[in-house]
Amino acid sequence: MIEVFLILLPFFGGILSFIIPKFNKVIGLGTFVLTLFFVFGLGLQLLDKGSYYHFIGGWDAPLGINLYVDGLSLVMLGLTSVMGLSLSIYAKKYFICKQSLWFWTIWLFMIAGLNALFLSQDIFNFYVTLELIGLSSVALTALSDTKEALTGAMRYLLITLLGSLFYLLGVALLYHGFGSVDIVILSKKIESIPVAWAALGLMSIGLLLKSALFPFHFWLPLAHSSAPAPISAILSAVIIKASLYIQLRLWSSLFIPLGADLYFEVLFAFFGSLAVIWGSIKALVQTRLKMLIAYSTVAQVGYLFIAFSLALGGISIAWSALVYLILSHALAKSAMFLVAGNLLHFHGHDRIIDLDRIAQRLPLSTTAFALAGVSIIGLPLSGGFIGKWFLLEASITKSNWVITCTILLGGLLATGYVFKVLGFTFTKTAFSQETKNISLSMELIPLSLAIMAIALGFFATPLFSLMEIGNPFFIIRVQP
Amino acid sequence: MSTLFVYAIVGIGLFSIGLYALIMQKHLLRKLLAINIMGSGVFLLFVSLSMRSVTGVLTDPVPSAMVITGIVVAISATALALGLMIKIARKSAKAELCNLDQE
Amino acid sequence: MNVNTYIPLFVILSSFVPALIIFRLPQKRHTLRTFLNLFGIFMTLFFVLWMFIGVYHNQEYLFRLPLLPNLDFSLKAGALALFFTGLSSILWFITTIYAIGYLEGSAHSSRFFGFFSLCITATIGVALSANLITFLIFYEILTLSAYPLIIHRGTEESRIAGNKYLFYTIAGGALLLLGVVWLYVLTETLEFTPKGFVYTIVQEHHFASMMIFTLFIAGFGVKAALFPLHGWLPLAMVAPAPVSALLHAVAVVKAGAFGIIRVVYEVYGIEIVTLLHLMTPLAVIASITIIYGSLRALFQDNLKRRLAFSTVSQVSYIILGVAIAGPVAAMGGIVHLVHQGVMKITLFMGAGNFAETLGVHYISQMNGIGKRMPLTMVAFSIGALGMIGIPPIAGFITKWYLGFGALDSGEEWVLFILAGSSLLNAAYFLPILYRAWFLSPPQSWPDEQIFSKTETKLSLLLPPLITAFFSLIFGLFVATPWSPLSWVQLIIEREFY
Repeated sequence: MIEVFLILLPFFGGILSFIIPKFNKVIGLGTFVLTLFFVFGLGLQLLDKGSYYHFIGGWDAPLGINLYVDGLSLVMLGLTSVMGLSLSIYAKKYFICKQSLWFWTIWLFMIAGLNALFLSQDIFNFYVTLELIGLSSVALTALSDTKEALTGAMRYLLITLLGSLFYLLGVALLYHGFGSVDIVILSKKIESIPVAWAALGLMSIGLLLKSALFPFHFWLPLAHSSAPAPISAILSAVIIKASLYIQLRLWSSLFIPLGADLYFEVLFAFFGSLAVIWGSIKALVQTRLKMLIAYSTVAQVGYLFIAFSLALGGISIAWSALVYLILSHALAKSAMFLVAGNLLHFHGHDRIIDLDRIAQRLPLSTTAFALAGVSIIGLPLSGGFIGKWFLLEASITKSNWVITCTILLGGLLATGYVFKVLGFTFTKTAFSQETKNISLSMELIPLSLAIMAIALGFFATPLFSLMEIGNPFFIIRVQP
Repeated sequence: MSTLFVYAIVGIGLFSIGLYALIMQKHLLRKLLAINIMGSGVFLLFVSLSMRSVTGVLTDPVPSAMVITGIVVAISATALALGLMIKIARKSAKAELCNLDQE
Repeated sequence: MNVNTYIPLFVILSSFVPALIIFRLPQKRHTLRTFLNLFGIFMTLFFVLWMFIGVYHNQEYLFRLPLLPNLDFSLKAGALALFFTGLSSILWFITTIYAIGYLEGSAHSSRFFGFFSLCITATIGVALSANLITFLIFYEILTLSAYPLIIHRGTEESRIAGNKYLFYTIAGGALLLLGVVWLYVLTETLEFTPKGFVYTIVQEHHFASMMIFTLFIAGFGVKAALFPLHGWLPLAMVAPAPVSALLHAVAVVKAGAFGIIRVVYEVYGIEIVTLLHLMTPLAVIASITIIYGSLRALFQDNLKRRLAFSTVSQVSYIILGVAIAGPVAAMGGIVHLVHQGVMKITLFMGAGNFAETLGVHYISQMNGIGKRMPLTMVAFSIGALGMIGIPPIAGFITKWYLGFGALDSGEEWVLFILAGSSLLNAAYFLPILYRAWFLSPPQSWPDEQIFSKTETKLSLLLPPLITAFFSLIFGLFVATPWSPLSWVQLIIEREFY
């Protein structure tokens, strides 16, 4: 039953905070604390029973809607609720009164959508939840109400609708071909006929648009950099990963049997590598901090798809790399965006060369940025390092030296852009700047997120055993 | 079979026209209309594909339910988009997406 | 599971925990900061001494923590590990006293001392690592925690130097990471083993073994400042003097050299490296670096830059000793870890004293400085003469064993390198000594500070004197059982041959 509450709780929380705006902060935070508890309970249940289905209203598929919980969904739910709670605490101080009125409702709806997505087990529900998330993130992006933010939000909206339509077309074809939208039923019926191939292509286009894989990344930097800081954080940390999660599910249960993995292996590796290089170089030349971080996300999405490609190539360790990269990137990147939000608030701008002695004046934020940077670069010992280690192990096992070099080069470029920022936090600008005070919680939240990203490096073994519950990547083939 | 084929072709055609317009048109209202046309194409296809037997006697109710859900989503998305468009038009005096990257 | 298991961890923590607390101390808590620093140092020294005695009596100290499936985070105190740990922790003690005199009271000292302790933590971690992944972890932590020290002054110049430093070291780290993962994919173990573990795959993956070795040498070579990867070291001299003294003369560069020692002896094993025909190229690169560093040092007028190029040259003695592939030469090379450490730190602290007390940064300003600061200059002279290799100072021992070992292994050409480099050493150190002692001092010094009783602050004066004293007794009492050389003999007997 717990999994149903994970969806209902934020949903009703959202409605409640809209009806009683006076207490919206209390309602919001309370909901997140409860959600976190429920996820914890879900974890215990999962450890106890193993993966399981929940039939809503007692109706099994194809008539009813199934919810499914396994290690992968648990990890993603955990990430969402941790991020949700931390960002809420941050947002409590960040938003001024008027924005706060809208923020909490949409924010809670978005979390409800995310939780529903991670629990879904049918391709049409994926569509609905994707739309729910997409629309609420567009609305949240537009919350800054600047020209950039509105433009970014609009572009984001058009892209996300376009992606959803492509995806829905694929759903229609699959339904036509095999008569179901439930993944388990589909996986039993699916065979290599043109309809399946067309659906695969259309769904991939739609989801890749949303995941912003190069060359579909064009909408991302503006949307992510112009949104308010906590929103940028959740966009980069979880929203992008949601569509990737759907692809993971689709591939591991539907598409691998089609035998299409060879083409997509090359495709993902190629565009993933390009994304790593292009995103990193673009990040390196940015002059504004939030743009830099947003382009870094483009590069990191590239890493995710490289891992995906290696996983499709039959290297089972690449699945672990993928999940680890998702987690550590989420924590580190959100810490970075929150720090950027602090600096924006502190100085009133985020020009990198004018970061006037931040290292001395905001040591906690600088530390957070540095630790997050360590994880993004993949230096030991951090979550990013573990991900990168597995990625390298996979690519070397596969003797794919091009990918290996790309991974290393991406790390070097990441060092370049992270330390470009850190270097300027030590120097003094020629002119003096007015500064505003930052409340302590706004500094502590990014710091604790960054510390979590580092701490991920220490808990690889238990996390893996958690992730493997229900064996979410059940198609693990032996290398020929 | 042929009825289904016609519907499918029309659906795909609407989708393609919409896609073309979405990319080529500058004005945001036209872009929104294009998205809606694409949506209609998908819905048309979805509903027509529900005709599962050749004679067309037996129809599957599930796609209709899904399409209704889709339409609801499309309406709310359009509403949100219109709201955004008006805001953009107020801020920049024209309802177009200006290229902010190159600044 | 007894207390001995945790001692390696305690050593790490006894510098790491104070570092974390120091970061959060406000600027004006001088006493508490100094107390924490010294407390950490004494704890470290206590544990290190404990382990020294234990290891001498064949006690084993091994700490393990699962990190990844099949891979542990593990620390082990063997003879070689302790050798480097002991060096780092004792010199840390001396340098900290110096640093307190040098920097306390100036801005951001909490940040400085925090990162300083963190660097030491990383260096000790590098020393105690029992497998390559643990080594890599601490190695990269060292890279990162040295960065804020280099750009500590916050000037544009230091920012650029810091960036260059990072560019070199992170690139080196990337090569290293590639090598480590590749090796792991092939051998499925990364544990340091006496005589190495690569022999299991060398038949099957001959080319890969060669490539991995090259990657290791290139990766470690950056930190060990092997030619042509040494470019960051002279630039990093913008850092405050204690940083140059401890980190750029001892901790950071030695971490690289130490890595090469580990790879040659305990990952590959001498026999395999010889089998792969990689020893001679390594010896040649080390020799080129020795000569090149000395030549460049000859033309530097900035005292710290001259010392930096001298470091480039001297660290390669260690690598040369390893690459000659004989027990005697290896003794010379490994003992140079300590000998070069104490001598070079003396020189850097001397240079720091000149800069701090008189504002003298250039050799051309050093005329007659021996008359103004005789004690510092005595220490400096002992260090310099030791570098040249004049008996009975420690540097002589190194060169003696290197030369003897080269003859022993039939590599006579090394003698020419040694002779040539000693000549060059003399050529760049003796003029300084001549200027300092025999020329008459100028009317006024660039930026003189007067201290009533001694020539400079006591906390600045004592450390170089102590280290100069060390370099003297390490040379004089080579034959005693507790001298560095005797310990190196123990290492060689137990772990290498």
